[in-house]
Amino acid sequence: MNRVEVRNLQVSYGNKTVLAVEHASFERGRFYGIVGPSGAGKSTLLRVINLLEKPASGSLQLFGDETDLTSLSYSKGLPLQRKMGFVAQKPSMFHASVYENVSLGLRYRKREKAEIQMLVQEALDLVELSHLADQRANTLSGGEAQRIALARALVIKPKLLLLDEPTASLDPYNISIFERVIQTFHRQTNTTVLMITHNLPQARRLAQTCLFVNKGRIVEWADTDAFFNRPACIELQDFVSGRMIC
Amino acid sequence: MMTQDVWEVIWLSLQVTTVSVLIGMLLGIPTGTFLGLYTFRGKRLVVALIYTCMGLPPVLVGVVVYMLLSRYGPLGALGLLFTPEAMIIAQIVLVTPILAGLTMSAVQAKERAYWETAKSLGASPVQMMLTIVKEARGGIWSGVAAAYGRAISEVGAVMLVGGNIEHHTRVMTTAIILETRTGNFTAGLQLGLVLLAISFLFNSFLMAGVLNQMRNGRR
Ligand SMILES: Nc1ncnc2c1ncn2[C@@H]1O[C@H](COP(=O)(O)OP(=O)(O)OP(=O)(O)O)[C@@H](O)[C@H]1O
Ligand SMILES: [Mg+2]
Repeated sequence: MNRVEVRNLQVSYGNKTVLAVEHASFERGRFYGIVGPSGAGKSTLLRVINLLEKPASGSLQLFGDETDLTSLSYSKGLPLQRKMGFVAQKPSMFHASVYENVSLGLRYRKREKAEIQMLVQEALDLVELSHLADQRANTLSGGEAQRIALARALVIKPKLLLLDEPTASLDPYNISIFERVIQTFHRQTNTTVLMITHNLPQARRLAQTCLFVNKGRIVEWADTDAFFNRPACIELQDFVSGRMIC
Repeated sequence: MMTQDVWEVIWLSLQVTTVSVLIGMLLGIPTGTFLGLYTFRGKRLVVALIYTCMGLPPVLVGVVVYMLLSRYGPLGALGLLFTPEAMIIAQIVLVTPILAGLTMSAVQAKERAYWETAKSLGASPVQMMLTIVKEARGGIWSGVAAAYGRAISEVGAVMLVGGNIEHHTRVMTTAIILETRTGNFTAGLQLGLVLLAISFLFNSFLMAGVLNQMRNGRR
């Protein structure tokens, strides 16, 4: 009940298997960093969990009953979907105001107007962009857009927060704000966070546990300190020392 | 033609066209959105059918609706032949595929990323449709403009099923034909100019919306 679990997961394109995970279990309230070379299957893992991709086989448990992902219809997946927040590398903003973008998830959940106003204000304050509430979201700078995308995902208070290289195209200033926001949110809300990053120092700073994904498999899984200082497998040793160039 | 009659003809044209386009929107926009968003078995056939119907010859539609509504046709009991309702039915058949087809391309033109974003934010199927329609509104409005232009300037189908009856089913296009046939070129031309003006007005009204949309959409 108190965890996110993935079982017997397999994703293939054509006859190429890009992801195979027998079992992975994520504790409530823990911050996980996911690293690995390009094309390893990291995004695929998060997209499957976020129900954006249908696997050939696999089931998902999200603080509740186990759900078979292969036969999951859109409507049946909705209760699961509404427990998750997702931020991708490139945010796509709807052609509407920042306020409307951030409030969208709450409006989908049919919350009261006054409550929406309060929560959106809170989320915008958190990412330090309340002054942009009325601006059109498609005119935001890259860094602003990414912080708004984060506010849009956090405002619904997800139980599971999925982040796919959210700071990959940001400048150091925006990265530091972004990191501070997710850290604060994580501490205050007991949310489980899965964050993919190519920025190893960032994984060290934020994650409590790290996963190394390589060639479609989770090959190492350890507390952050051990992960970086005492990597067990050769590939991870090469990866953290920068010898594996991908 | 008396001035009063001219107004009557224009008014009926606007009524018939507006009602058919509105009903066509009700049918075509959800269909097009659904087709643009989801895949299912037999979808290619449905899409091919819609594209074919977008270019349906109006006269053919007229003949088919005529047969359906004629006294011994399957819908003959309704007694709709040679009424404005019959013209509306024919126009709906003409504009719905246009609206469905153009909505579908407008929805498809929106990147998959919008679909994924809305899904991630927890949109129900209906909320998803509404969000994507709103996002694709520029393209959908051009579809509405195209449909309106086609319906108001169409003559073959309304002539057949409406019958061009004075004070009853005479619209601008059928009036123009009548005036021209009876040698009244000036009246025909004048009505033609009114038709042009209405199409132009309507299209520029919609175009303003589309342009505005484009300006806001691109940085
Ligand atoms: N729709 C698709 N069709 C075919 N192959 C795909 C598709 N989507 C992903 N792949 C393949 O699946 C593999 C894993 O992709 P994924 O995006 O999960 O990698 P990643 O670990 O996130 O890489 P990166 O760090 O570069 O983002 C890649 O080899 C990719 O080419
Ligand atoms: Mg990726």
